[in-house]
Amino acid sequence: MIELRGVVKRFGKQVVLNGVDFEVREGETVALMGPSGCGKSVLLKHIIGLIHPDEGTIVVDGKNVMELKRKELSELRSRIGYVFQNGALFDSMNVFENVRLGITDQDKYSDLDYVRGRIAECIRLVNLPADTIDKFPAQLSGGMRKRVGIARAIAGSPKYLLYDEPTSGLDPVNADIIDDLVQRLDDELGVTSVMVTHDVRGAFRVADRLALLSDGKIVIQGTPQEFRGSKNEKVREFLERDFDNPSFAA
Amino acid sequence: MADSTTLDIRQITGRMVLDGASHVGRLSFFVLDMLRGLSEVRIWWPRMMIEAWNIGAGSLFIVLLISAFAGAVTALQTGYQFTGSIPYYVVGTLVVSSIILELGPVLTALILAGRIGARYAAELGTMRVTEQIDALESLGRSPASHLVIPRVLAGLIMIPALTVLANLSGIMSGWLSVKAVLPVTDADFIYGAQYYWRPWDAWYSVIKAFFFAGSITIISCYMGFNTQQGAEGVGRSTTTAVVTSSVLILMLDTVLSRLLLNQ
Repeated sequence: MIELRGVVKRFGKQVVLNGVDFEVREGETVALMGPSGCGKSVLLKHIIGLIHPDEGTIVVDGKNVMELKRKELSELRSRIGYVFQNGALFDSMNVFENVRLGITDQDKYSDLDYVRGRIAECIRLVNLPADTIDKFPAQLSGGMRKRVGIARAIAGSPKYLLYDEPTSGLDPVNADIIDDLVQRLDDELGVTSVMVTHDVRGAFRVADRLALLSDGKIVIQGTPQEFRGSKNEKVREFLERDFDNPSFAA
Repeated sequence: MADSTTLDIRQITGRMVLDGASHVGRLSFFVLDMLRGLSEVRIWWPRMMIEAWNIGAGSLFIVLLISAFAGAVTALQTGYQFTGSIPYYVVGTLVVSSIILELGPVLTALILAGRIGARYAAELGTMRVTEQIDALESLGRSPASHLVIPRVLAGLIMIPALTVLANLSGIMSGWLSVKAVLPVTDADFIYGAQYYWRPWDAWYSVIKAFFFAGSITIISCYMGFNTQQGAEGVGRSTTTAVVTSSVLILMLDTVLSRLLLNQ
């Protein structure tokens, strides 16, 4: 379970998160939506301890992230897969080495037979051709880089998966492929997922519950039905642009 | 008007002091992280070998070339200034001493501050703004052992080694140049070189190079690591890394001369 209580984060005078309460239950997929620049990625980075809050508590898997020592934080991170917005693949390494870094268990990381098998499995799970492993990130398309980023995130068999805008910058077809992939991974691997996105259609397809972050606070957090039925002005404003979409009709 | 000017100066000074203190604090934690990461030998060792090869093979030609020119110019100017006034063998003394004590290590360090320092700051800065460093951390891995330690240790090994080669190149070039324009024999040059030679001078040269290597690699890695704000930030970090490490090299040069030579 992931639980954020009263999280406040300021960058200089700018208050990005202003008392955020957010929770993700075991096994569910929650889409965190909001306009660009509202602090969605900042919130996600708090969960994995890449950014520290000025106030509030963050509990992941029963552990207060802020109180963890270096080694404990490292252990917690090994149970979390993080998919970065632009893949964040290491330019100097090929896909094989990039995905291998995701194998967080050091004994397994050193066992080349296991590594080869696991990487082939992850590459298959994200629907990439087997020969992708020899390529370097610069030789891949945007969609392929995102999928390699997902393969790296799942390589360590994580309990939690955090996706930061997995479909941003992709055409609708590739965005759908990634959405399907997220859904399939959640079903097949049984992980608990948080997906940061501003793609409303994709969020409704994939998520068990949705949350809207606006003005530094979570405005609503609920099921797709609750979200659609909300009378909150900010929710209506955010959803309005997708009202004509058939997949979204109430 | 005068009050506002005073206030501005106070504010600027205060901000600079705070910025400086903040950098010192962050740099201390950065070095502490590096020291902690030293235990992960199997992570940093293979990467260090690659970095050492990159520094050595990539910088050898330019280092030898520039030190050769420095040696030739030193020899020719010494010959020009002292012809007719002192014995010719003194040229050998001056060339060897100038190259080993000063020109070899300082010129090599300044070249490498531009070449290696800029590269490290730009590489790590780009990794920071493209979230590659965050990605390493998110995988529970230490960016210090994967990225910083290999670069710093490779520099600490290769920069002194390049300095030794630069010293040899400068001396050889000075020797050949002085023979070409002055009536100095090999025996004169060798006699002059040996006359004031102290083995400590060679150690001093290597010790200086070691300190310069530390300042180039640590400062450039630190600047790259703390890059913010995209491509502009990478440019700023790279420039700051080169300027800061160059100034630090000259400061260290002065301090080490005082500490190691004037006892």
